[in-house]
Amino acid sequence: MPTTYWKVRPYVLTGGRTRTRQHLLVHTLVSVPYYDAVFASSLLPEVRSLYEHARETRSVAELSAVCGMSLGVTRVVVDDLAASDRLYVHADQYSSPFDFRLLERLRDGLRQLA
Amino acid sequence: MDSASSPDSVKLTSAKIVIAGGFGVGKTTCVQSISEIPPINTEAWMTAASEPVDRLDPGIDKTTTTVAMDFGRLTIAPDLVLYLFGTPGQPRFWPVWDDLCRGAVGALVLADTRHLEASFPAVNYFEQDSDVPFVVCVNLFDGVLTHDLDDVREALALSPDVPLTTCDARDPSSVAQALVTVVEHTMKRAAGSTAGALATR
Repeated sequence: MPTTYWKVRPYVLTGGRTRTRQHLLVHTLVSVPYYDAVFASSLLPEVRSLYEHARETRSVAELSAVCGMSLGVTRVVVDDLAASDRLYVHADQYSSPFDFRLLERLRDGLRQLA
Repeated sequence: MDSASSPDSVKLTSAKIVIAGGFGVGKTTCVQSISEIPPINTEAWMTAASEPVDRLDPGIDKTTTTVAMDFGRLTIAPDLVLYLFGTPGQPRFWPVWDDLCRGAVGALVLADTRHLEASFPAVNYFEQDSDVPFVVCVNLFDGVLTHDLDDVREALALSPDVPLTTCDARDPSSVAQALVTVVEHTMKRAAGSTAGALATR
């Protein structure tokens, strides 16, 4: 993992915005629905890095780490790209983290590893 | 490597378990031992920046500590991934704990019986400040349980409905077993409470 040391204040990239339209959890998955090389080349380097890394489905936290961007900035950038349909934010398949079907699947999957 | 445009990846969903506990109790080891990706953390940030702040007891061989993020990933099924998030050990990162715990299935609070007090704040957090169901797990550092679990329960003043278990954080199957305990505890809690009360958090 590359460690990036910021030469400018991180939220400069978001124009000072810290809020997002939708709630993005650290483990929320995002991916690029269709990759557009021309669009990618028009992006700022940091945003482009995120866009490229999201070609493979990843969580917000993973994108933050691989791009060396703080979690807050990553959320705003993801949210902006999602607003223009450049990124797809995976909707939860379950009503809540306490959905019984989800818990059963987790339990059974973990048992296989135990 | 899955292509982002394939129909399968669109249905991919994620869940999260938080690995909490005091400083130096083995959270990073725990995440590392079971993660299928190289565990991602921002430890590098800390080595230089925290030296004057995070003093370690002599005898604990640990030169870095974790800030902000420390996580691993486990594929449960082709359409389901489980993320493990280790919490930052230092109390000054409470807002990060809230962020990490939001939407979590449950939490595993690791404890080291040689430094039980290191995990007091984590236990307090889950008892008082969070609705995320949690399990306390004694990390067997040398593979041996040095204290009776009943004594540990008493020392932590754990309520009887909080499960107390053990694991060896270096051993993937042992960690998986501890995570099963977390999921089962959440199932019990979810079954026992009105679904709506838990689902709101």
